[in-house]
Amino acid sequence: MNGRIDWPAHVMLGLGVLLFILPIWLVLAGATLDPAAIARGELSLVPRLDGWGVYAAVLAEGAPGAQPVGRMLLVSAGMALAIAAGKIVISILSAYAVTFFRFPFRMTAFWTIFITLMLPVEVRIMPTYSVMSDLSLINTFPGLTVPLIASATATLLFRQTFLAVPDELVEAARMDGAGPLRFLKDILIPVSAANLAALFVILFVYGWNQYLWPLLVATNPRLDTIVIGIVKMIGTETQTEWNRVMATAVLALLPPVAVVVLMQRWFVKGLTEGEK
Amino acid sequence: MATLLLEDLRKSFGSTPVLHGIDLALASGEMLVIVGASGCGKSTLLRLVAGLEVPTAGRIVLDGRDVAGLDPAARDIAMVFQNYALYPHMTVFENMAYGLRIRGLTRDAIRKRVGEVAELLGLGGLLARKPRQLSGGQRQRVAMGRAIVREPKLFLFDEPLSNLDAKLRVTMRAEIRRLQRRMGVTSLYVTHDQVEAMTLGDRLLVLHLGRPVQFATPMEVFERPADTYVAGFIGAPAMNFLAGRLGHGGSAVELDIGVTIPFADGRRPGPDGRKLTIGIRPEHVQPDPAGLALQVDLLEPLGSETVVIGRLPGGEMLSVKVAKADAPTEAMQVSFPAAHIHVFDAEAGLRLDATA
Amino acid sequence: MERRTIFPGIALPMLLVLPQLLLTVVFFLWPAGQAIWSSMTRADPFGIRTQFVGLENFADLFSDPLYVDSIGRTVVFCAAVTALSMGLALLLAVYADREIRGRGFYRILLIWPYAVAPAVSAVLWILLLHPQIGLVGRWLNRAGVQWNYKLDGTQAMLVVIVASAWKQVSYNFIFLLAGLQSIPRAVIEAARMDGAKGWFRFRTVVLPLLMPTVFFLLVVNLVYSAFDTFGTIQALTQGGPGKATETLVVKVYRDGVVNLDIGSSAAQSVVLMLGVIVLTVLQFRFLGRKVAE
Repeated sequence: MNGRIDWPAHVMLGLGVLLFILPIWLVLAGATLDPAAIARGELSLVPRLDGWGVYAAVLAEGAPGAQPVGRMLLVSAGMALAIAAGKIVISILSAYAVTFFRFPFRMTAFWTIFITLMLPVEVRIMPTYSVMSDLSLINTFPGLTVPLIASATATLLFRQTFLAVPDELVEAARMDGAGPLRFLKDILIPVSAANLAALFVILFVYGWNQYLWPLLVATNPRLDTIVIGIVKMIGTETQTEWNRVMATAVLALLPPVAVVVLMQRWFVKGLTEGEK
Repeated sequence: MATLLLEDLRKSFGSTPVLHGIDLALASGEMLVIVGASGCGKSTLLRLVAGLEVPTAGRIVLDGRDVAGLDPAARDIAMVFQNYALYPHMTVFENMAYGLRIRGLTRDAIRKRVGEVAELLGLGGLLARKPRQLSGGQRQRVAMGRAIVREPKLFLFDEPLSNLDAKLRVTMRAEIRRLQRRMGVTSLYVTHDQVEAMTLGDRLLVLHLGRPVQFATPMEVFERPADTYVAGFIGAPAMNFLAGRLGHGGSAVELDIGVTIPFADGRRPGPDGRKLTIGIRPEHVQPDPAGLALQVDLLEPLGSETVVIGRLPGGEMLSVKVAKADAPTEAMQVSFPAAHIHVFDAEAGLRLDATA
Repeated sequence: MERRTIFPGIALPMLLVLPQLLLTVVFFLWPAGQAIWSSMTRADPFGIRTQFVGLENFADLFSDPLYVDSIGRTVVFCAAVTALSMGLALLLAVYADREIRGRGFYRILLIWPYAVAPAVSAVLWILLLHPQIGLVGRWLNRAGVQWNYKLDGTQAMLVVIVASAWKQVSYNFIFLLAGLQSIPRAVIEAARMDGAKGWFRFRTVVLPLLMPTVFFLLVVNLVYSAFDTFGTIQALTQGGPGKATETLVVKVYRDGVVNLDIGSSAAQSVVLMLGVIVLTVLQFRFLGRKVAE
């Protein structure tokens, strides 16, 4: 920095920031407006200062044709947390097994896990649905979460993290008398804490933002996530209460955005180091 | 304190042998330095003793018990690693306490032991720090402390000083020696640095391509190197080698450069004409107005002394260490005192001692 | 790549890897196998008997102009989303990599959209572009543009592209900025000493060094735009008007879940699977080269 202000950079970045902030400000402010006015085409960027009550209202009641937003937020939070925690646990275990041991079919196991990278939900919609119904998991919370817990991404990330742990550290722990499980608990997991935090952010966002999967396996409105809920709200466009939709949109994006912003440093580092 | 005995210890990775049968016996409290160029198998040997590698054949007997099949944890051995391998998420105290915790010592006992060792190493004020807040030398001390608190039967050092700067290395070298003496723990110390090897070891084991080539005290290794490899490896600047043949009924060497040197200590075996390699250290080459002409290529001033690198009339390279005042500019005359030459067989490179 | 130091034991690691393997087999491999099997069978109109028909479903699929159109549409959509989001991200990353005041602040403000669900980003864009109530949509109509993405297929395509790309800019920005920052300063300084300036320096020095990141993102963005935009499209246009925004994933959902045409849906699934496999292999072949470097 040499004291001069880099105007082109500020202008460009300012425009970029505006591009992202503008839609959010629009829904944030728009939510406070009178729904009839919005329907007449009077949506504006100036909030109505006595309209903030709409947020409390949707939390408790939701919008026509949808569950209370408070309830949907709980389902989403439950789903996101269960998926993130579940993925982290089983991925740590499997990545630990394939990097720190030699056992028969080790590479078979690894490639089996790896293959799931190539099979997103979107390419196996119908058969997955029938497996779910065979296992009576349709319209259940486990059905919403358990099948998404298996995925290769987290395992690959942890494998990479574990491979980068210096051999000497492992050897020092062995000389100190640590067995495999003790090493995992006392050394490996604490040492990988930063990557774990980053992965948590990525997986929480992944879980929170699911759309196709809950659409498929949870037709019971009581299991509606907030993302499902908001698309339902705009589905019946004729009597849409737009102020409630906007309030819901704000509430829907607030939790994952908060997680990303609060854990920004780890998240960026973990994302860019892990996926490459 | 314990004795260590290795019997015909071998290790192969796949079909590649890296250690060809090591035998040695260490007395209790002795410090053995294993030295050799990189790839000679010295680290593998250390890791076999540690239990981090499984030997292909042979026995490792620690204090009368064969530990070759045991897990590292069950051997009662502590190791200081090249990169220290401190647990980055633990404080200095926790790093040192970890092994004791696993062994089930009480909180109080751990605090007492760690406290004592920390005092001994001058780490008392650093116990609450994390490794990343320490300097290189301090990390090194913590790594030593972690080994010392365990009060093991055997210490293993894997090039522990190679990541320190030159000055600190000299200080830590002395400190390691002092601590090891004071605690009297039998130790194996691996290094590729010949100065460390000479100054630290009670005895040296020189390894070359997975084979032990000499196992002796540092002075003996220096004064009576077992072969041309050891002779060239130990000592700086390195020993000069000149080709020659046995002559005069085995009582002298006729160097190819046209000089005959009678042996000072007796005849060497073999027929006249047997090919020899003669070694002479640069500090033993004598400036001599009546000697051979040496054309100077390069002068390396070391301070009080200067190393002269030059060529003999036949083109052979020769280095000579002389007092600073005696440093020549273009040429000098040298001779080779009979008392200081080392005689090796030219084919096998093995030392040839006088027969009588 | 393998570790030098490992732990002994066979039962323990097998136990550790078991949960993930179980989930993988039950929810991934088994359904994928099913998809492949059903793609080669056909049910009679009453759904009583199914018979093996070999590759007939695929033949039908590729001779169906609706499907072929959908492929073309998907290609256009993916290319546009990828180009738009990566181009914008690169522009922002280049400026964010400069040493300016408030760098960290800008960075946070540019990465948070990563967390917005595709379906929710669609809602945001409805409120901007809706012909009657949308802030920008209304304005366009008043300015004389016949703007109604609910009736005009081209406009609908434009809307889903913009909404999908908007959400992906942050992700690309994060990686491109990291890529730019990993270029050694000394290289840039050497280029400056050599007299390379501005765009020329960027094109001849920075861009080539950034190429690994760009290739990686290219694949990621294609996968994103082909699959993860289902929610966006569903919320914005449901594939309409007509079939103007019906990408392959929207179609496989429509044919399978809504119209219950199992054989065709399964065949479409298999085609998509092949697509993902090709992209994944591309990504990892490239990744493998990077590891070897």
